[in-house]
Amino acid sequence: MAAWIQATIVIAVVVGLHVPLGDYMARMLDGGRHWRGEKALYRLCGINPDKEQTWRHYLVALLAFSAMSIAALFVLFTLQGPLPWSLGHAGMPWQLALHTAVSFTTNTSWQNYAGESTTGHLAVMAGLGTQAFASGAVGICAALALIRGLVRRSTTDLGNFWVDLIRTIFRVMLPLAVVSGLVLIALGVEQNLGAAHTVTTVAGGHQTLIGGPAGSWEPLKLFSGDGGGIFNANSAHPYENPSAWTNTIEIVLMLLIPTAFIRTYGRMIGSLKQSWTLLAVVGILFGLLLAAGSLAQSAHTGTVTAAVGGQTEGTETRFGVPGSTLFGISATGSADGAANASYDSFSSLGGGVLMAAMMLGEIAPGGTGSGLYGLLMAVMIAVFIGGLMIGRTPEYLRKRIGFAEMRYVVLYALVAPTAILACSAIAVALPQGRSSMGNAGPHGLSELIYAYTSNVNSNGSAMAGFNGATDFHNLLMVAAMLIGRYVPIVFVLALAGRLAIQQPGVVTVGTLRAHGVNFVVLATGAALVLALLNFLPALSLGPLAEGLY
Amino acid sequence: MTRLPHWAAQSVAAARVVLVLTLLVGLAYPLLMTAAAHVPGLRHSAQGSLVTGADGRTAGSSLIGQSFTDAKGNPIKTYFQSRPSNAGTGYDATASGAGNQGAESVVDTPGKQSLLTQVCARSKAVGELEHVDGSRPYCTAGGVGAVLGITYDGGTSGRVTNAVSLNQACPAKPFLSSYQGVTVTCAKPGADYSATVTVPIRGNAPAHPVVPADAVTASGSGLDPDISPAYAELQAPRVARKRGTSEASIQKLIKKYTTGRALDVLGEPTVNVVELNLALDRTYQNPKQGA
Repeated sequence: MAAWIQATIVIAVVVGLHVPLGDYMARMLDGGRHWRGEKALYRLCGINPDKEQTWRHYLVALLAFSAMSIAALFVLFTLQGPLPWSLGHAGMPWQLALHTAVSFTTNTSWQNYAGESTTGHLAVMAGLGTQAFASGAVGICAALALIRGLVRRSTTDLGNFWVDLIRTIFRVMLPLAVVSGLVLIALGVEQNLGAAHTVTTVAGGHQTLIGGPAGSWEPLKLFSGDGGGIFNANSAHPYENPSAWTNTIEIVLMLLIPTAFIRTYGRMIGSLKQSWTLLAVVGILFGLLLAAGSLAQSAHTGTVTAAVGGQTEGTETRFGVPGSTLFGISATGSADGAANASYDSFSSLGGGVLMAAMMLGEIAPGGTGSGLYGLLMAVMIAVFIGGLMIGRTPEYLRKRIGFAEMRYVVLYALVAPTAILACSAIAVALPQGRSSMGNAGPHGLSELIYAYTSNVNSNGSAMAGFNGATDFHNLLMVAAMLIGRYVPIVFVLALAGRLAIQQPGVVTVGTLRAHGVNFVVLATGAALVLALLNFLPALSLGPLAEGLY
Repeated sequence: MTRLPHWAAQSVAAARVVLVLTLLVGLAYPLLMTAAAHVPGLRHSAQGSLVTGADGRTAGSSLIGQSFTDAKGNPIKTYFQSRPSNAGTGYDATASGAGNQGAESVVDTPGKQSLLTQVCARSKAVGELEHVDGSRPYCTAGGVGAVLGITYDGGTSGRVTNAVSLNQACPAKPFLSSYQGVTVTCAKPGADYSATVTVPIRGNAPAHPVVPADAVTASGSGLDPDISPAYAELQAPRVARKRGTSEASIQKLIKKYTTGRALDVLGEPTVNVVELNLALDRTYQNPKQGA
């Protein structure tokens, strides 16, 4: 009972906060004046903030920024040793540095290393921290361009990438980081730049405690969709997540921006009816995942679970199994990928639900920005199918969704499933891919499919028994992350450009209403059916085979 | 003046933006937060919630669990014991992490115990330490996973032709004498049983074992500072005996270091073992050599 009230509280807080935050984001991100500090920043970087960009120019700026980010991180990680605050950790080997650079730039944050023995404070703050802000903001940028494509008429202008980036970081993320960071520190998260220090324990043994800027890191990790940990144990580590209070706040932070951005969308298109419709779709999908995950975790089907009398392996006492399940569903339903428990030790079906949450395309509520554009793609598919069913030209917000538009939507929808299944197949087929499985039988396959689902979908959570720290997986994952992040963005921006040049159509009695109960059912169904068709075979070989045999 | 192509000009701008962001949100933001964390009210937790031992020196952190074992790894009986840990050799704060084994990890392999056997062994050990019944479903009396490798004449079904107790290496006596009429044998070391069908045997242990779940499973971080109130309860008689005090006074101390659910619904009730044991040392004599 307490478990369901806990979940209800989290959902109520997120829904409650999404209104003011979503409205604030709409005011701050769409039009309006530049702040004085921002103008100075644009001058410093040689940017004309008032120059609108076509979709191609917007894409070039986005990709140039991402490429430079990867390069900067790569240099920082490989040269870490002699730099200040390295804590004595040497630079990473190039394969790992490349993987980590791509991982944090693509907002994935899959880590093939243990934080406490690999990254010093400088790498965490200046490297991971900068990209936690930036990579999340890049997702918002792509989504803003798509929204403008839907709103604007007869134009090629989609806004300015640099302005969208800077405003998202400084007007939205930074204030949120400061406030929630201070709250988390007050509740026990550590925030210092100390090195490791050894103490004599209560019983007379020795223990080496590690300092770190966790308080400034946690908010970024959670609200930006990043999800990587300073410590190997991520949000299971007591210094990252010390109590049931911080656990609740961390879950809220993961869900907050993606949910609020739906409201921002409603404001920008001038129809809150639309944003409530999308929120209903997200709410149903999240509710289904949470219900399925909670049932799978509390029904003691596994052998070890039955021997133990509960699903407590890999969970912290202070969160309990429900607190870990809610965290897990929130981390995979959003594209965050943080973890407060071992997802590898979740029940077979519980782990399967986490996978399914990612396979849904990260739309419940998905990543920062990427959640909304993923959701809009599902909406377009629903509009198209619905339009065909009633025999009219499919339209959405008075824009025709014709052949040219659907081409981009379908290409978008194919990228993730194709990449996930292809990468998993390659890894399973080769001995150097298979040897990384940490468990035997179907569970090993689950680990591997989970790994590539997480990498392609920019999630970053893991069934951590899987050893990704091999040259083979480092490099295959780099490919998976780059394809999974940027190819969809290309189609999103191309679609935005295509929509923006359209003249507005006329709403007739035959036009499919893209709101209301019917449409919610249609859009939810479209998202679910697509995911099931794509992934049911893979799921049945992994978690279903293990959990239902 | 030559004009750069569009993509090159944007790349130059991108490099500048990355640099500026690194300075502002990559360095200034965390450094200012670190400075702000020095104010009273934040300082204690920002520094890692350190606790002071009886001798006045830092004895660790109330948030980071510790081992209460002797040099050989045996429990020190005057202390409450923490949960099992997969961080290094146990509560190593430089190596946080979980065991990451699934619910069907039931067959031991050379050099790697299955999760089931780990659970069974821990349950048996805790039972012996606290003088209670340590039996669990799917566990042998000897504290390994009760798992048979079955060979059928029809592959995965049909008549049983051979039965091996997979986690009991010869010359151990199998936990079950026969399975569907076939004599169960011990596992020959080095033999490959991967072609057999794995069948865990429930046994007749109670469905709700005496030893609580958190006492036989490791945490996600390996640094869990807490145990469940049930596990603290189980340990109270032993600690009282070894400390030469009444069980009631130990119960009172447990209560003091028990945290209920936040708002009555968030998380789970916990007992902080580090703080509880520190309080024990402050309150009672610690005959450490009596371990």
